[in-house]
Amino acid sequence: MDTAIKVYGIGKQYHIGASQAHYETLRESLAGAIGGALKRLRRSRRSEDDTIWALKDVNFDVAAGEVVGIIGRNGAGKSTLLKVISRITEPTRGGVDLYGRVASLLEVGTGFHPELTGRENIYLNGAILGMNKAEIARKFDEIVAFAEVERFLDTPVKRFSSGMYTRLAFAVAAHMESEIMLVDEVLAVGDAEFQKRCLGKMQEVGSEGRTVLFVSHSMPMILRLCNRVILLAQGEVAADGSPQEVIRRYLHSDVGSPAERTWPSIELAPGDSVARLRAVRVLDERGEVSESIDIRKPVSIEVEYWNLQQPLRPTISMHLINEDGITLFVTNDWNNRGWWNTPRAPGLVRAICKIPGNFLAEGRLFLLVAVCSYNPDCVHAIERDAVSFQIVDRSEGDGVRGVYSAEWPGAVRPMLDWEVAQEPNGGELS
Amino acid sequence: MNSTAIETPPDQASERADAAKEATHHRQAQTVPKHPLIRIRPSQRWVSLNLADLWAYRELLYFLTLRDVKVRYKQTALGAAWAIIQPLFTMLVFTLFFGRLAGVPSEGVPYSIFAYAGLLPWTFFSNAVTNSGNSLVASANLITKVYFPRIIIPGAAVLAGLVDFAIAFAIQALLMIYHGVEVTWNILMLPVLVLLTALLALGVGMLMSALNVKYRDIRYALPFVVQLWMFASPIIYPSSLVPDRWRWVMSLNPLTGIIEGYRSALFGRDFDTLGLFISALITLALLVYSSFVFRRMEKSFADLV
Repeated sequence: MDTAIKVYGIGKQYHIGASQAHYETLRESLAGAIGGALKRLRRSRRSEDDTIWALKDVNFDVAAGEVVGIIGRNGAGKSTLLKVISRITEPTRGGVDLYGRVASLLEVGTGFHPELTGRENIYLNGAILGMNKAEIARKFDEIVAFAEVERFLDTPVKRFSSGMYTRLAFAVAAHMESEIMLVDEVLAVGDAEFQKRCLGKMQEVGSEGRTVLFVSHSMPMILRLCNRVILLAQGEVAADGSPQEVIRRYLHSDVGSPAERTWPSIELAPGDSVARLRAVRVLDERGEVSESIDIRKPVSIEVEYWNLQQPLRPTISMHLINEDGITLFVTNDWNNRGWWNTPRAPGLVRAICKIPGNFLAEGRLFLLVAVCSYNPDCVHAIERDAVSFQIVDRSEGDGVRGVYSAEWPGAVRPMLDWEVAQEPNGGELS
Repeated sequence: MNSTAIETPPDQASERADAAKEATHHRQAQTVPKHPLIRIRPSQRWVSLNLADLWAYRELLYFLTLRDVKVRYKQTALGAAWAIIQPLFTMLVFTLFFGRLAGVPSEGVPYSIFAYAGLLPWTFFSNAVTNSGNSLVASANLITKVYFPRIIIPGAAVLAGLVDFAIAFAIQALLMIYHGVEVTWNILMLPVLVLLTALLALGVGMLMSALNVKYRDIRYALPFVVQLWMFASPIIYPSSLVPDRWRWVMSLNPLTGIIEGYRSALFGRDFDTLGLFISALITLALLVYSSFVFRRMEKSFADLV
């Protein structure tokens, strides 16, 4: 197999001062230089303390045509890795060899200018991404058709709806002729319809023999698109292998099971000054944490959060997402009217949401949990892929699929009421 | 394809097989290169200018310049007239105060066209330096999201100023016709002078833009320095006004030779060849120095901006 990307021994060091304070003034720099010289005289090791390694000794090879997902918690170094490979920032150590042209899509619509028309922006954005004029001209109609903006080509993009804007921006990048494509969490924007089209386009990219590196927080998307996944943790490759295996590793990484997530301290938990998550658990019929749920049995989701302020009435919002990235449903704790109308006090809140048996379909499900308040709308805490669990159909004949054992499509698999009977009269066969 | 956890419906599977067949077919058409097309390594202390890379991205320079030109006067009532208003009104004020009231000599041509001939390249130069000096910081979103030779950003800011220069030049032509100034063969030097002005602006702008990424002091220092530079250049006065023993100090300012050159080209006077040569030399030296400094600082732009 031909190699498309060779990454060896990449290390990227950031000066904490530089990455946090963004820029320094000449005076500070002079003061720093003098101070630094004094420290050096005293043989202090200050410069080592002020730096962090966002990446340390990352090694992997990607074969041509592979679609590789890169996952990891925030701050694991995913974006830094993509930035190094796309030559935006230089590695401190190590190197990368790229066998082919690279298109990097770290953001949708980089370099779009609001005052310019759709047509002008296609050319400008194309040139920024590294296409030449002839190439853009050749792909122009295809780009316009994909983005569905034919009628607005000569309108400044500042008058575009956000959907049109994103579609156009993605269309330009997706049509670049390159052997290697680097994609950062760009699909997080846009509506469901757009995401579906992009997924389609990405798969097209893969089947053309293009190599794709794909950073995402969306496990369903990774499962669907990638044939290999690399897990980064603290700037190092923690796992590298098949998507199922690595995603399992990833979800297992902090507690024993992907069906339970707890945050040991309030400070480290996702959230703000109003609410912070404490725990999310998947419970089986007996109330025990379980990753594997019988399709016929009910499953409960337990959420605990700290309510830190009195005046607001936060609500828990849960999204259940399947492997195809489809949100099966969204549910909020205000369905319990009694609780919703209760005045809140600061402290720990525990909620349990029961999902009936014989309702979900087989497969892996991912749960997004958020704590929000409305009027004004505000998301206090959000955790994607907070927990995940597997619905298992043992096909014992009493489930929805009965005795049928082959493929049973459908996003849900509810047990429904059927009224069926032999007609007593007129039963004559003609 | 792996069949462990994601079950593929039969119809989709055959589709994928077709796609795979197509892919292999495609792969044969576009052979995978034996040697890496791009090698990424930590750069050495002294880096090469990598002009080949710059050449590969020449069209981006064109599109960014076009963007700057198109966007500059969007949503202004007067539009491109601003390119004329700036030097024209400065000229009128200068003519009134320096020409009439102070009686600054203008070497045989009316003071208005004398001043305008200096203000024309100066306006281009000062705008180019200011715009390119701030260009990298203004393009932070590009720098942190996509790779291309960063020199293109201050370069495009300088080039975009040429359009304003061309518009403002029309006024110079009208003034000369009005005052009956004869055009001589000296005018052929004009393109060379414009090029020299642009290169000088690029040399200064590039250096300032790179420093600006790290030291935001530049943003405040730049307008101030540019203003002082104007008085140090023979714009409102001829360099003949400066006493002979200080003339050499004047000539260290590369703009001196250039601006006097413009006047010689427009008004048919003899060129000060030595002065022009010194200006060209300083300009080129500065350009080379700035390019290397820029290239060296370039690698940290995305981390600092």
